[in-house]
Amino acid sequence: MITIAVSKGRIYEEALPLLAKMGIKPIDDPETSRKLILPTTRADVQLVIIRATDVPTFVEYGAADMGIAGKDVLIEHGAENLYEPIDLNIARCKLMTAAHKDAPAISGRVRVATKYVTIAQQYFASLGVQAEIIKLYGSMELAPLVGLADCIVDLVDTGNTLRANNLEPRELIMNISSRLVVNKASMKMKNAVIADLLAQFEQVLVENKS
Amino acid sequence: MQTDAWLLPEGIDELLPDEAQRLEILREKLLETFANWGYQLVVPPFIDFLDSLLTGSGHELDLQTFKLTDQISGKMLGVRADMTPQVARIDAHNLKNDHPTRLCYVGTILQTRGDTLEKSRSPMQIGAELYGHAGKESDLEVIRLMLEMLAVSGVLNVHLDLGHVGIYRALAEEANLTQTQESELFDVLQRKARPELKELLESYNLADDLKTALLKLPGLNGDKTVLAKANVLLKFKKVQKALDDLDAISTALARYFPSLSISFDLAELRGYHYHTGVVFAAFVPSIGKEIARGGRYDNIGAIFGRERPATGFSADLKVLSAINKQNGIEQPERELIFAPYAEDLNLCETIRDLRAQNRAVVQQLPNQIGGATELNCTAVLAKNSEGVWVVETLCIATL
Repeated sequence: MITIAVSKGRIYEEALPLLAKMGIKPIDDPETSRKLILPTTRADVQLVIIRATDVPTFVEYGAADMGIAGKDVLIEHGAENLYEPIDLNIARCKLMTAAHKDAPAISGRVRVATKYVTIAQQYFASLGVQAEIIKLYGSMELAPLVGLADCIVDLVDTGNTLRANNLEPRELIMNISSRLVVNKASMKMKNAVIADLLAQFEQVLVENKS
Repeated sequence: MQTDAWLLPEGIDELLPDEAQRLEILREKLLETFANWGYQLVVPPFIDFLDSLLTGSGHELDLQTFKLTDQISGKMLGVRADMTPQVARIDAHNLKNDHPTRLCYVGTILQTRGDTLEKSRSPMQIGAELYGHAGKESDLEVIRLMLEMLAVSGVLNVHLDLGHVGIYRALAEEANLTQTQESELFDVLQRKARPELKELLESYNLADDLKTALLKLPGLNGDKTVLAKANVLLKFKKVQKALDDLDAISTALARYFPSLSISFDLAELRGYHYHTGVVFAAFVPSIGKEIARGGRYDNIGAIFGRERPATGFSADLKVLSAINKQNGIEQPERELIFAPYAEDLNLCETIRDLRAQNRAVVQQLPNQIGGATELNCTAVLAKNSEGVWVVETLCIATL
């Protein structure tokens, strides 16, 4: 049995067509079903639906053999204990800094609101800027408006939320897409099945491109 | 009263009597196994000069080591986070043998961050090292001993993963990579992050055959067909030697352990900064990481005055003991005799004689709460009709 961890929402929606092409379709719809473990049309594959930030944890501990996680989550979690062999090219967006549109360019010590503490720390350190990181769990956009932070680090897709709040994207930190991650022990002990699944994923990606 | 005075630091555990006994029995059995293979026990110090502890190791061990200042020498001390460098020092500096030296060890180590999976910061490291032989035969011996250790521990369904850090090392050397490039590549290879690997290799100025070789490396894992594939893909002399060694080792292992499942991972770079040749790890289903691991690490003794080829393995005895318990390995029942409290010289002598025969006797204290049943005793000492103290076995029903 191979367990694949996927997070609800955009990643799930965009991963579903890929999985479907491989003959893996969940039997229940997670939106209506309350089940956390979803059997699929392939008897030897099941999906677990969890929070995006929990995907690396589940896979690292071997609670799931594979998972689909955004690069942002992987870097923030620290992914040296996982394999991430394939870029699925789904759920693409940008990790950026953003600030009030009238705010001056950053200088000196800067207060940054973000849920990506590690990435923000590394990014500002690489610029040689001393940053005070304020960890928030949501509504980052509010922070500069109420004087909680000078700027934010967050995922930007269309930029509509930023504009609606008088913020503007500033610097691109990195492009984000979802990766297929694999537990190290599973890769070794269930190598035949997993290698086969990886090959199928790659084939579907090639087909999608052409 | 402080309400959390009982609380242990994160990742620090204690073993209660049942678990402690299981661990101790296993420890004895394993050391006996090692001794039967000719491995001599050494006991390195718990605390050591930092420079000596971190010899030949990477940044990782530095982070894992608890440090403090020595008030006498003014130097930094470290609490060992890994005993292998200490054992290597014993071989290189203290023993100074020219013949092969076989050493084993067991002891608590302390790690600042601990292991991500067990969440333990105080594993009990047990391992064996073989110094002074540079061929695949010594690698084979320590792998066999590791498998023996797992068998004695009652670990079932062991899966062995074999790799060789010499392969990546040879490719990196062939490609004349700078140190930064080598560590960048190391980082992506460790994660088998093929998209990033491709990007990186594009940015380096490499010959096409090397680029292909490095690009294919993360895909070279699986059953023995991997070696044949690698033979075609990686046409470099040093790599071929490594592949031949892996082939020979796995063939021999398949002969000794026909049912052992073996996989290969040629991009396995665990302990890359430290290892120089064959690396191996043992996995079991339901545990998401290796339970024992090892490999070749030649010349680590150089800083202690002598370069010696070396290979060995280690595991966490606490983990082995937990698997032993999980697999339902029965502990030998031990007799425990309950002796009443009495000021009687005969009783004293009887107890002394029993204990001398290695039989366990626990003596009642005056006015104590509970008796033989509460203390889980299997027998009692009682005076028979002739006034002699005799052991009477308690039947299970009365327990």
